Amino acid sequence: MLNKRTFAGLAVFTAAAITLSACAGTTDAPASDVDATVATSAADFGGLDALIEAAKAEGELNVIALPDNWANYGEIKAAFEEKYGITVNSADPDISSAEEIAAADNLKGQDTAPDVFDLGTAVTLDSLDYFAPYQVANWDEIPESNKEATGLWVNDYTGSMSIGYDSNSVPAPKSLDDLLGDDYRGAVALNGDPTQAGAAFAAVGLATVQSGGTLDDFQDGIDFFEKLNDAGNFIPVNVTSATIAAGETKVAFDWSYNNLAAAATVDGWKVVTLPGAVYTSFYNQAISKDAPHPAAARLWQEFIYSAEAQNLFIVGGAYPVTIQTLQDAGTVDKDALAKLGELDGELVTPTADQAAAAATLLAEKWAAAIS
Amino acid sequence: MNVGTEPGKVTRVVILSVVGIIFALPILAMVEFTFRDGLSGGHTLDHWTGLFSEDAARTYRGLFQAIGNSFVLAAVTVGIVIVILLPTMILVHLQFPRLRRVLEFICIIPITVPAIVLVVGLAPVYSVVVKLFGSGTWTLAFAYGITVLPYAYRAIQSNLDAVDVRTLSEAARTLSAGWLRVLWLVLLPNLRRGVLAAAFISVAVVLGEFTIASILNRRNLQTALLQVTQSDPWVAMIFALLALLLAFVLLLSIGRLGRDRRTS
Amino acid sequence: MTDASASVDVSGGAGATPRRHRLRAAGTYLGLTPFAIYVLLFLAIPTVLAVSTGFFTEDGALTFDNIVGLFAPNVLAAFGSSFFVSAVTAVLGAIIGALVCYALLGLRADGAVRSFIDSASSVLAQFGGVMLAFAFIAAIGGQGLITVWLRDTFGLDIFANGNWLYQVPGLLPVYLYFQVPLMVITFMPAMQGLKLTWAEANATLGGTRLTYWVRIAAPVLAPSFFGSLLLLFANAFSSYATAAALISQGAQIVPLQIRAALVSETVLGRENMAGALALGMVVVMVVVMWGYSVLQSRTSRWQR
Repeated sequence: MLNKRTFAGLAVFTAAAITLSACAGTTDAPASDVDATVATSAADFGGLDALIEAAKAEGELNVIALPDNWANYGEIKAAFEEKYGITVNSADPDISSAEEIAAADNLKGQDTAPDVFDLGTAVTLDSLDYFAPYQVANWDEIPESNKEATGLWVNDYTGSMSIGYDSNSVPAPKSLDDLLGDDYRGAVALNGDPTQAGAAFAAVGLATVQSGGTLDDFQDGIDFFEKLNDAGNFIPVNVTSATIAAGETKVAFDWSYNNLAAAATVDGWKVVTLPGAVYTSFYNQAISKDAPHPAAARLWQEFIYSAEAQNLFIVGGAYPVTIQTLQDAGTVDKDALAKLGELDGELVTPTADQAAAAATLLAEKWAAAIS
Repeated sequence: MNVGTEPGKVTRVVILSVVGIIFALPILAMVEFTFRDGLSGGHTLDHWTGLFSEDAARTYRGLFQAIGNSFVLAAVTVGIVIVILLPTMILVHLQFPRLRRVLEFICIIPITVPAIVLVVGLAPVYSVVVKLFGSGTWTLAFAYGITVLPYAYRAIQSNLDAVDVRTLSEAARTLSAGWLRVLWLVLLPNLRRGVLAAAFISVAVVLGEFTIASILNRRNLQTALLQVTQSDPWVAMIFALLALLLAFVLLLSIGRLGRDRRTS
Repeated sequence: MTDASASVDVSGGAGATPRRHRLRAAGTYLGLTPFAIYVLLFLAIPTVLAVSTGFFTEDGALTFDNIVGLFAPNVLAAFGSSFFVSAVTAVLGAIIGALVCYALLGLRADGAVRSFIDSASSVLAQFGGVMLAFAFIAAIGGQGLITVWLRDTFGLDIFANGNWLYQVPGLLPVYLYFQVPLMVITFMPAMQGLKLTWAEANATLGGTRLTYWVRIAAPVLAPSFFGSLLLLFANAFSSYATAAALISQGAQIVPLQIRAALVSETVLGRENMAGALALGMVVVMVVVMWGYSVLQSRTSRWQR
C-alpha cells in the first residue's frame, strides 16, 4: 500500500542520511606537539613550513562574511585553496561585522565556528576579547598605525568611498552637488543604513568632507542626504549587484572595490572618485580565540599579508596595507595598480572617537532626515 | 445540478485568470531580467548558456552539495512530522480532547517569534546537539520540524476533523484489532490527504528556509544560492527561478503519488 | 465525549479493574512524551532563551531598560506600522484567497488545475526574502518592467509622488504575494467541507443562492475564515527577510527594529534590545492567537 511504501522509503532514507553524515562528521585533531591556539607567530611553530604542515593536517578553514566580489576575496580564497590544498568553507557572505561576532558566540565550540574575521573598525575595537594575538612573518612591513601592538587586529585593506553610476542612463557626477540635479531623479542609493552598515556610514562621511565639513561632525553629510531626499533623488533600497544590473539603483555610494567589482560584472557601470577629500577606512583582520582550525587560521593570516594576496586586493580595487612596501620592493602588480589608480587627493579617515560621535549623531538624526 | 455551491464558468475563469496573471508578473519580470545584457537594454542568451561553461564548475560545486543537503533536510523534516507530530495529534484527538487547545497553541508559537530572534535561543541548544550528533547539516531538521509545525498541524487537523476517527477506531477495536493495526491499516489510509498536504507544505518550507541555516552556518539550498549571488546577479536569478521550479515539480509529483492508488 | 480512555476497555464492572485503568491512563500519557520532549528542547527552551535576553544588559546584569525602551515613540510607531501592514495584508489576502478558493469549488481535486494551484500555492506561500523583493523590484521598481510599460504606453507614472515601493506602503503588494497563496492552502479544506446536502436543502426550501451563501455557508465558513485570517496576520507580523531586503533605511516596522539592534556595526551594544522587541511581538501575538483559538474552537463544531 502506498503509505507503507512511503514510510519505509522515508525511514531508509533518513537512516542512510544519518549514517552518512555521522561518518562524515568526525574530524580528528591534528597530532602535533605545538599548541596552535596560543602560537603568536610562525616561529612558535618552528618556522613557516611547520605552520603549513600543521594547517594542512587540519585540512579546513572556516571564513565568514567574505563575499566573492568584495575586494576580490573570491580569487584570494581560491588561491589559498590551490596553494595549500586546504578547503575554505565560506559562510554567510552577506552579514555585517557585528553579526560575525554574534556567529562566533552562537557557534562557540562547534567545528563550524568562524576561524578568522574581517571586521570594520568600530566592531573590532569593541570585540578585543574574541581575538588571539598573532604577528605575521612580514610584521615590520605593516605601518605602526595600522596594527594593534600584539597583533590582536591588523588592518588589511582599504578602499576609497566612490560613486558608481549607470553610464547609459545618467551623466558622470563631477561633484557632490551634481547629484542634486534633475538628471538623478530617483537614482541614488546607499549600501545599507548608516546606523547599521560601515559602507553607508562612510558614504555620509564622504558627503561630510565633500560638503566642506570635517569628520568631527557628520551633520553636513546628513544635511546633504536630506536635500537629496527632498529633491526626490534618493531611494532607500539596498544597493546589490542585482539592483545595479537591473538598472534600479543608477547611482550608488559604495567602497571603490565594490563599485569596481560591479563595473567588471555589469556592462555600462562606471566608477568615479570625487576630487578633493577622499574618505578611506581600513578593515581589520583578526584570528578567533576559539578557532576550530587554529593553525589554518594563522596560515590564512600569513597568506593575506603575503605579496600574492596583497596584490590580489589591488586587482579587486582595494588598497592593501603593505602597498608602500610592495611599491618600494617592486613586487607590486603594476598593471593592476595602474588600472586602479593611485590613492591621491586628501585622504581622511575617522578616529575611533570621531566614529563614535558620528554614530551617535546618526542614530539621533538619520531616520528623520531621510523620511 | 448547480444549487449555489459552485461558481459559474465565467466567474471561475475571470477570477482565476486575473489572479493568475497578477501573480505571474513578478516571476515574468525575474525571467526577463535573466535575459538582459548588462545595462544597455539589449537581451542575450549568454547568462543561460553560461551555466554550462567550464569555470562555472567551481562556483556550482557548493550549490549541488547544498541541494542534496536540502533534500535530506526535507526528508528528515517530513519524517519528524509523520513520526512525532502525527501520532501525537491522533492520540490527542482520540484520548485527550481537552489537550487539543494546548496542542493547537503550541503548534502556533513557531510562527510568532521571528526566526532571526529564535536562532539566538537555538544556538545554545545546537551546541549540545552538535556534541551528540555531529555538525552535519541534517541536524537542522530538528529546528525545521518546529518551523513547519503551524502549517503541518493545520493540514492534518482539518483532515482529522473531517474523518470520524473515533468511530473508525472503535469499530476496528471491536473487531479485535490491536492499536498498532488500527493506526496502520485503518487510520493512516484515511488521513492520507492531510498527511500529504502536511508533507507538501513542509517540503516547501524547508526548501525555502534561509535564516536558521545561515545563522547556524550550515549549507542549504538558500544559503548556497546567496553565495552564487555574490558573483553574478543573473545567474543568481536563474538559480532562484530553477529552485522555485524544483520545489514546484517536487510538490506536483508528491501530489501525483498521493493520488495514484484509489483502489483502497 | 470526555471519557475517551474508558470507551474501549469496559470489560467487567466499573470497579473490576481500577488499577489497570489507572495504569492504562498513565500509559497513554507516555504516548505524548516524544512530542513533549521535542517541543521542550527545540521550541520552549530557545524561545525562552531568546526572549529573556531582553532582560539583561551586555554585561549580564539584570535590567528593565530594554523593556522600558519598548515604549519609546519610534518603537511604538514601529509596532503601529507592523500592525497596520499585517492587518491590511491579512484582510486583503484573506478576501482574495477566499475568492480563489470559491473559484476552485467544484473542480476535481486531482485535476490539472487543482494540482497546479495546490503546488504553486505551496511554493509561493514560502517564497520570500531577497528573491521576492527583487522580483518586485524587477516588476514594479523605479525601472521595473511594469513601471516602464505603464509610463511608455499610458503616460502613467506610478512613482510621480516619490518611490513608495521602498517605504512601508510598498510592503503591502509584496506581502500579499505570499499571503494569498497561504490563504488558499489553509482555507480550501474548509470550502471543500461545504456539503452538497446543505445546498440542496436550501434549494428545496425555496432559498436562493444568496440565502445559501449568506445564511448557511457564511456562518459555517466564518470561524475558519477568521482563523486563516489570523494566521495570515501572524505570518506578516513576524516576516523579516522580505522587508529587510526592500527597506534598507530606517526601522519602520518591528522586525526591522530587531535588525537594527542585531546587525548594526556602527551603533553597538543594543543586541539585547532584540530580545525585548521579540517579547513585545510575542505579547501582541499571544493576544491575537487567543482570538484565533477561540474562533477555531467554533470551527470544529461544524466540521462533522
